[in-house]
Amino acid sequence: MFDVRKRGGIAALLAGAALAFGGAAQAQETFKVGIVTFLSGQAAQSFGVPAWDGGKVLIEAFNNGTAPAPYDKKGFGGMEIVPVVIDEAGGATVQVQEYRNLVQRENVDVVVGYVSSGDCLAIAPVAEELKKFTILYDCGTPRIFEDASYEYVFRTAAHATQDNVGLARYLKAKGVEVSTYAGINQDYAWGHDSWADFTAAMKQVYPEATVSAELFPAFGAGQYGTEISALLQARPDLIHSSLWGGDNQALILQGLPRGLFQRSQVVFSAGDHAMPPLGANYPEGVIVGARGAYGYMAPDTELNRWWTKLYMDAYNVIPVQAPYRMAQALTGLKLAVEKAMEANGGKKPTSEELAAAMKNFSWESPAGLIEMTNGGGHQAIQPIAFGRSMKNDAGEVVLGDIVRFPARCVNPPADMKGIDWINAGFPGAQCD
Amino acid sequence: MIRVFGLAALGAVLAIVAGALAPAWLVFTMTKAIAFGLVALGIVGLMRGGLVSFGQGLYYCAGAYVSGLLAARFGVSEAALLLLIGAVTGAAAAALVSPLIARYRGIFFAMLTMALSMVLYGVLAKATPIGGTDGFNVPRPSFGGWTPGPESADLALYVVAVVFAAVAAALCRLYYDSGPGLVALAARENELRVEYLGASVFTVTQRNFILAGGLAGLGGALNGMALGHVDPFFSYWTTSGEVVFIAILGGYASAVAVFGAALIVELVRSFSGQYFPESWQLFLGIFLLLVIIFLPRGFGSLWAKRATGAKGAGE
Repeated sequence: MFDVRKRGGIAALLAGAALAFGGAAQAQETFKVGIVTFLSGQAAQSFGVPAWDGGKVLIEAFNNGTAPAPYDKKGFGGMEIVPVVIDEAGGATVQVQEYRNLVQRENVDVVVGYVSSGDCLAIAPVAEELKKFTILYDCGTPRIFEDASYEYVFRTAAHATQDNVGLARYLKAKGVEVSTYAGINQDYAWGHDSWADFTAAMKQVYPEATVSAELFPAFGAGQYGTEISALLQARPDLIHSSLWGGDNQALILQGLPRGLFQRSQVVFSAGDHAMPPLGANYPEGVIVGARGAYGYMAPDTELNRWWTKLYMDAYNVIPVQAPYRMAQALTGLKLAVEKAMEANGGKKPTSEELAAAMKNFSWESPAGLIEMTNGGGHQAIQPIAFGRSMKNDAGEVVLGDIVRFPARCVNPPADMKGIDWINAGFPGAQCD
Repeated sequence: MIRVFGLAALGAVLAIVAGALAPAWLVFTMTKAIAFGLVALGIVGLMRGGLVSFGQGLYYCAGAYVSGLLAARFGVSEAALLLLIGAVTGAAAAALVSPLIARYRGIFFAMLTMALSMVLYGVLAKATPIGGTDGFNVPRPSFGGWTPGPESADLALYVVAVVFAAVAAALCRLYYDSGPGLVALAARENELRVEYLGASVFTVTQRNFILAGGLAGLGGALNGMALGHVDPFFSYWTTSGEVVFIAILGGYASAVAVFGAALIVELVRSFSGQYFPESWQLFLGIFLLLVIIFLPRGFGSLWAKRATGAKGAGE
């Protein structure tokens, strides 16, 4: 009897010790972030890898406490950030499974990820069901918050509407004359949506202009001989393209010797990331968008200077859209975690507390002010910029003639769908 | 027959107990493995006749889309009903294709099935009203009128999946061991001789192909429900290729091995993706190579071979 009681006492002691150690461990808590982006496949080199490159140096800077204010607290509110990286390749089927593994097996605190719109559409309802705070950092489709509403899902980048609305506005602002225009876009949702947005926006901004050719080469086609012939024959004033990555580079390299860029004004709605790899081979006079005020077109703020230096020191190349979009997700997440910790007395925030902190939140990212105003406070709007490729004094091809549009000039108001807003003639747009 | 169903029931009970004890992420992975296993089971049926289809994605996708659309647009939510609809859709699509496809053999058969699945991919990718390449979301199913909460939904679907898989595996076993089923094995050895013996290789192939289509449709409907999302990628050739791999790993000797093979592939892929995010394909590839080198007849040969050996010794 005595023996048992003694043992019970030891057990209690042990339990107490465990509690004490548990408590000590809690003071040095870690914050696990699941990061999902393309590390293999077509979107890896253009988006996934540079995005994670950016995320890596940024998380390191956060953990060391070397970021400038208001990001100067170590980690997330003192908690060390531990990233768990997953490859986005394999389609929505694999991604739903890996998302569940991140949440249910790895017990990550939040998930930040997804470049592909299909993956975002598939993940959002799963995140909602598992009640896990999730940030979609890149994907473009407006459908996510236009077709559904979520408690736990946020997108910290503006959806694709602004890419083409901003482009049409840029053309007008720069006095580009357009009476005929053509489009070459990939034959999948992104290409079709981009073209639909652009033609709708052109109808508002250039009501007289007509479409002379619509081309939809397959995604990843790589060979554009026939399309270039068709475009040369149609002789439009303007050629619109939302091609990205290898497709975009292939079109440029194949179109250059055939004079495509001399004959028509070419606009790439999201083509900035092809500039560093092509370097001096990049044609001059192309109008380029980046899906935000990124890279060459980023605002000249202290934060952006710090971020650009951080990235360039590590990789010796200018950060373009992908790392910026990752940075705006991670900066927003950091401030949201710290805001939630202020509200709950310094504990590690739950998904509910994070969602409450992120809803309608706004923060200064390297690319300017991100405001979670749309989709019931879950969808960001942000400023966007466009420029024209030209040689600088050092002979490098960079972007000049930059025009920056405020977020409310190129994004629909909170209660309107993107395409309806364009077709209604941009009601409520604030462009000054 | 009683023995086969008895074994299937026992297996199902064990699988359900394992599911109840397993962590939530594993339950989901097991459900997905069952779905892929069902598709692979159909390929195993074809493999017994010496054919490999690289286009089961077509029937898999057809089952997923038809049951998914019925659930998303027309409010049909009964899990068992949606699974049956998926199976019927897959079988019907295969029946439509089978008179053409059953004439071909070898690489022509493989390429033609793959081409047809890519046709469906192309059509769905352009079908903007149902989401184009992005696909659409499928609501959670109900079970006999009961809609479980998020905590028990995964397990409920898993239980239904296990029951369907057990029945499918048992029926396949019975069919494989029956006269018409065994003709496939003979056709694999020598088609000409089978024809001279009075059996039609064409009919056998057609029958196996429709069976495979039905199983693929069943798997597609199941995966659509489990994932909550379907997209044209279901019909892409890489999806079909993945299932062929599972079928090869399982081997055609056993009807149960494919489910194990599917689960192992899923787990190896998931964990190598977790620990080697930048080079997981390398690890998956090495694993698959090792299995092919050391178990050329698949996991199923581990026990199926021994069983035949014992039988041979007894006779």
